[in-house]
Amino acid sequence: MSSEPTPKTALRVFAENLRAAPGEIYRSLFRGGRPVTDRSRSTFVFNNVFLHLHAVRTHLWSLRWRTTLGLGTAALAAFLVTLVTGVLLMFYYKPYPDAAYQSIKDIHFVVPTGRFIRNIHRWAANIMVITVILHMARVFYTAAYRQARQFNWLIGIVLLATTLGLSFTGYLLPWDQLAYWAITIGANIAQSPREVTDALGITQSFDPGGLQRQLLLGSDVVGEEALIRFDLLHVMVLPLLLTGLLAVHFWRIRKDGGLARPDDADERVGREKGTGTFCAQHPKGRSGKRCLSPFPDRPAPSRTYPVFTEAPAKTYQLAAIVRGRTAWVSRSPEKTVPSMPHLFYAELAVLMLTVLVCLGLALVADAPLKELANPDVPENPAKAPWYFLGLQELVSFSAFMGGTVIPAIALLGLGLIPFLDREESGTGRWFGGPGGWRLVLQAAIFGTAATLAVEAIAIRYGWLREWFPGIPQLVITFINPGTILTALYAVYSLWIVRHYNSTRAGALGLFTCFLCGFVLLTVIGTYFRGPNWAFYWSPADWPKH
Amino acid sequence: MTPTTSQPPSRLDPEPVARRDFLGLGSLAAAGAALLFAGFGILRLPKAAVLTSPSKKFRVALPESLPAGQGFFPPGHSVAIFRDDDGVYAISTICTHLGCIVKGTAEGFSCPCHGSLFAPDGSVVKGPAPRALPWFQVADGGGGTYIVDEGATVPAGTKVKA
Repeated sequence: MSSEPTPKTALRVFAENLRAAPGEIYRSLFRGGRPVTDRSRSTFVFNNVFLHLHAVRTHLWSLRWRTTLGLGTAALAAFLVTLVTGVLLMFYYKPYPDAAYQSIKDIHFVVPTGRFIRNIHRWAANIMVITVILHMARVFYTAAYRQARQFNWLIGIVLLATTLGLSFTGYLLPWDQLAYWAITIGANIAQSPREVTDALGITQSFDPGGLQRQLLLGSDVVGEEALIRFDLLHVMVLPLLLTGLLAVHFWRIRKDGGLARPDDADERVGREKGTGTFCAQHPKGRSGKRCLSPFPDRPAPSRTYPVFTEAPAKTYQLAAIVRGRTAWVSRSPEKTVPSMPHLFYAELAVLMLTVLVCLGLALVADAPLKELANPDVPENPAKAPWYFLGLQELVSFSAFMGGTVIPAIALLGLGLIPFLDREESGTGRWFGGPGGWRLVLQAAIFGTAATLAVEAIAIRYGWLREWFPGIPQLVITFINPGTILTALYAVYSLWIVRHYNSTRAGALGLFTCFLCGFVLLTVIGTYFRGPNWAFYWSPADWPKH
Repeated sequence: MTPTTSQPPSRLDPEPVARRDFLGLGSLAAAGAALLFAGFGILRLPKAAVLTSPSKKFRVALPESLPAGQGFFPPGHSVAIFRDDDGVYAISTICTHLGCIVKGTAEGFSCPCHGSLFAPDGSVVKGPAPRALPWFQVADGGGGTYIVDEGATVPAGTKVKA
């Protein structure tokens, strides 16, 4: 007799599959198993399209909080918060003049949790701008833009511009007085090349300023066309651009070999035990110690360590085609830990902290909403969002130079940094490079003094037009407090390049000067400018009328 | 038989440009050019051919008792209209700096946004404004009214007798 088992009927197979389905679905979701061993942790990262933007393992240097201060992650977290709250706000927002204002009022006063969500959106946007700027400063001061990371620095500059664009376009949407006049000013800054074409008398035939303004507004007035364009940019074009660039930005970190770190990072994370780095006794370590555990004095958990005794499920074949100093050839992998959980938990902590700050601020301070936009009566003073008030201060000397040329020079200069400074010393160190923090302090003092001096002269004595009435406009356009300040910074930085015989030193000086100028001008524009953009020591001194 | 000279060129001694490479590069260039032109075509869309702003011409009746040198500001329009012995004239109240609406003062006009000051004839006295306030075309509308065209500028000093 045949011992062949009776073939199962398809119906029976179906029933068995159905019974097994929950387990199979679970296994297809978590293909690598629970991330408890090094191998499963690697596959956990490797097999997930979002997580694999990270490297599988992270160097301990990158995990020290003072390496990054978590600023980039905080910026991402703020962006995620604006995404979620922004989509919620779109449920009620109507991008049409007057209706827009009413819908924001509805969100503020009627929609359940509407005011809270709008406040969070507003605060997260502010925090995003701050953290993006600070993140850029961090990358600059740790010289993390160098060789192999130049491209990512450029992506970062575009991300900065996109972030500012998102904030600016969001500013018009409430269609209140604040929004209307800020956008009027912004659109006229786009038109400001006319300052030069008019002076040359060629506006009739060549008018890039007018074209820019018309493309931005879709009309020659700030009206319904402008609102729908800003809405489109704000809720679709710029977020999509930002998301795409962010993916490239994160992926490049991994491809460029993780975060920048000094050559002696391996030794330093080993030495500094008990100062936030991870050390544990380990018999196999070369120096008798290996620094892997987050808990210095506890034995490492056995199922995680030792690190490389399990046969790797994936070998790094790609290392052969990765150029530059990115692959960990001839370097010990021992100062790395699995990204899951060490890096991800740290990132999650930053995310939670950012959300917490947004929620806290949203509870204590409402997003502003002024009267309905009135094209006949400008706000007095009409102020842009705070991060543009430094620009507005420059614009109050010359629209074209302050609003177009100097910002363009600043962005161009930032983008050129990694190509002009190609030195190697100091990479991965705060204020690394010749001069160090002493130079940064000196540059900060110079930048502050120069800014205050030029501002004081302009505020106290006026400018060329008051001294020489009838002076040609072109002279004022090219010689005004803003351009003089830019020139002072540039001359000072060139002097530093010569004095220290180092391009990095010059970059440190210039970047510090611009940062000081940005902060000071923003403070002056925010707190010391009143009606008619006149200087007042305090808003209490503003004329009442 | 000896090998002929029509051997295929070796990898070490290739043709200057292989036929396939030439065709490939040619089609790549063609595709690039097509996409470029398509891009320019698409860019025409955001530049509106017709502007939605309201008509620039409007009819206005001046108050009987308008002293010389004092402006009349018709609501809804960014214009100041004056009347003196030489006739009627209209000056734009849109600041030439960044588009804020200037206010009429005893000394001329002042801009609230960045502090530009203008003389009564619109010329710049102080501040960042790059140009004088433009004068607009005024026509006699009959029956004591005037037609102001905000779209047409005239040289400063052009006044219209009723």
